[in-house]
Amino acid sequence: MPEYQNIFTQVQVQGAPEWGMDNENNMMEERTGKPGFSTLIGWIGNAQLGPIYLGSFGVISLATGLIWFNIVGMNMLSQVGWSIPEFLRQLFWLALEPPSPEYGLSMPPLNEGGWYIISSFFLLVSVMAWWLRSYQLAADHKMGKHIAWAFASAIWLFLVLGLFRPVLMGSWSEAVPYGIFPHLDWTTAFSIRYGNLYYNPFHCLSIVFLYGSVLLFAMHGATILAVTRFGGDRELEQIYDRGTASERAGLFWRWTMGFNATMEGIHRWAWWFAVLTPITGGIGILLTGTVVDNWFIWAQEHHFAPLYDGSYGYEAYGSYEAFIGKGE
Amino acid sequence: MLPKWFDDWNSKNPVDIYKPAIIVGAAGGAVFAAALLVTWGQPFATDSMQTGPRGTGMSVPEFKADLAKADPTIADYYTEAPYEVEAGEPLAKDIYENVQVLGDVSEGNFNRLMNAMTLWVAPDQGCAYCHAGADEGEYASDDLYTKVVARSMIQMTQSINEDWDGHVNANKEVGVNCYTCHRGQNVPSEIWFRMGAVNENVAGWAAVQNRATSISQSTSLPSDALEAYLLNYETIAVHDLESRVEGSPADGVTPTIQHTERTYSLMNYVSNSLGVNCVFCHNSRAFYDPAQVTPQWGTESLGISMVQELNNDWLVPLRDVYPENRLGPVFADAPKAACKTCHKGYQQPLQGLNVIADWPELATISAEAN
Repeated sequence: MPEYQNIFTQVQVQGAPEWGMDNENNMMEERTGKPGFSTLIGWIGNAQLGPIYLGSFGVISLATGLIWFNIVGMNMLSQVGWSIPEFLRQLFWLALEPPSPEYGLSMPPLNEGGWYIISSFFLLVSVMAWWLRSYQLAADHKMGKHIAWAFASAIWLFLVLGLFRPVLMGSWSEAVPYGIFPHLDWTTAFSIRYGNLYYNPFHCLSIVFLYGSVLLFAMHGATILAVTRFGGDRELEQIYDRGTASERAGLFWRWTMGFNATMEGIHRWAWWFAVLTPITGGIGILLTGTVVDNWFIWAQEHHFAPLYDGSYGYEAYGSYEAFIGKGE
Repeated sequence: MLPKWFDDWNSKNPVDIYKPAIIVGAAGGAVFAAALLVTWGQPFATDSMQTGPRGTGMSVPEFKADLAKADPTIADYYTEAPYEVEAGEPLAKDIYENVQVLGDVSEGNFNRLMNAMTLWVAPDQGCAYCHAGADEGEYASDDLYTKVVARSMIQMTQSINEDWDGHVNANKEVGVNCYTCHRGQNVPSEIWFRMGAVNENVAGWAAVQNRATSISQSTSLPSDALEAYLLNYETIAVHDLESRVEGSPADGVTPTIQHTERTYSLMNYVSNSLGVNCVFCHNSRAFYDPAQVTPQWGTESLGISMVQELNNDWLVPLRDVYPENRLGPVFADAPKAACKTCHKGYQQPLQGLNVIADWPELATISAEAN
């Protein structure tokens, strides 16, 4: 097996640390941390760790995020009577729950969702500050803002779940609990309550883009690896100076399915698929309970939930006695 | 460690031993696994019971190994056919004092049933478990709470078999008797008590969920589902039956996500109690739709009504009869029943064994002389 055919990076460059560029934005000033090297990290990425540029938004984001994390954790700990062993045992079951429904959009007592509202405020500040940081860092590097806008699409879904939809529904109780299993319970209950979310067309679209993102990621990753031997991994060079790697990769797909993306366009495909996943998903959630209360009935009204014809034929299904091997 | 001549020879004759080792190892392992499968069979073979139209995926799967094993408590079941009543044979109420139920049963059959009840409920303690003076031949006294409870439970059993015939004899005659719940134990397994708040320092919905408890079946779903639905008659359904309806979660009428989780908790409890999945009763694409449910859904709905009645009319009223150690740990409430108390994880209790064929005394409320 040739040595380069490996999921781990085989050739690592470890020398004088790369400090990154400086420009009129004084990016050097905010960089902190002594750069170091890790062979382990180098296997899956760049071996250099640090320096890091936090900036004021990064500091705000980490601080408020930590406050949210601690409020959630302390509430969980309090629910088990401050017992660390019980906290560890029940960790995946515990949650900081949103307020009970009767409080509507008012501020409930601390032990009945008040802490949830307070912690959610800090989480909101944290996420927003992190978004500003991603925008500002891109600006400082004189990059496009693609990463910030992609992140914003995820934030849209986050805001729909925790802010826009609860406000439209008139109750904070509609928000998602902060807990491992409890947030999964919420997800199931949300689908069941509103008559099966699979019949929500925006949920369908979101799934298409999610699975499509996965498929595109696999196709693109595989294609580039396959033409690396011809220099295809130097994607930027291939974009403005198309070589045999791009030619072969394009031909492969055109001959496979009649169409191929370009070395530049494939990245727009991937970006839009990824970004549309939370955008369409967020629309679907926002419409649920506000515009449509039973998606299965809605789907029947719009003729895309089929009905079974004729009788179910239960008598032909076989009996319990036969199933457990007792006659018949 | 090895002799020098070997090391010399070895260094002069380099051979790649890894490639053949991997090939031989992989091939050998495959042959070994294949031999195991061929000789011992597939250890995880499953069978499934179809519950809905083809193409809908509605079926209840089970491991064949589990299906091959009968409910172990069936082997310990004691039964005895009724005795023929001889002409002029006295009735229980004619010979014994203080016979408030089963008085019209002939003496022989009365004692046949008393013997069976002992074996079903108190095989280790014997007659004295209920009859304080049994050792002195004195059976009339109501001094022991167990006797008072047993009398009520006999009436309850008769009521279940007659009034809830549609549930306990839904597919064929199965019925219930003491053994259906007790299985040789003084106190049946899988009884339940009110739990109240399961988490400290919180109120509202947060207090009754997010803990692995017996009632939540170790999920993080609410632990008050049995209390709300099987004791307090709260509405189980949460769906809107039109694509758009008015209402807000805050109005106190509209079912919320929290109500849905509690319903889900009950449904999960029912599934575990019967050893089935959602599609045993529902078409999961539209859980609420009465046009798409299975026949079992009707049996199950009757079962829910039955359990509500059993708890409210029979079990809760016995609270003051019990000694303290039989009451709930949190609210000192009476022990209550639900699906699992009888079913114990099987679609039909005792896998559909007919437990009233031999016991006509328990099969009807009147229990006339026989």
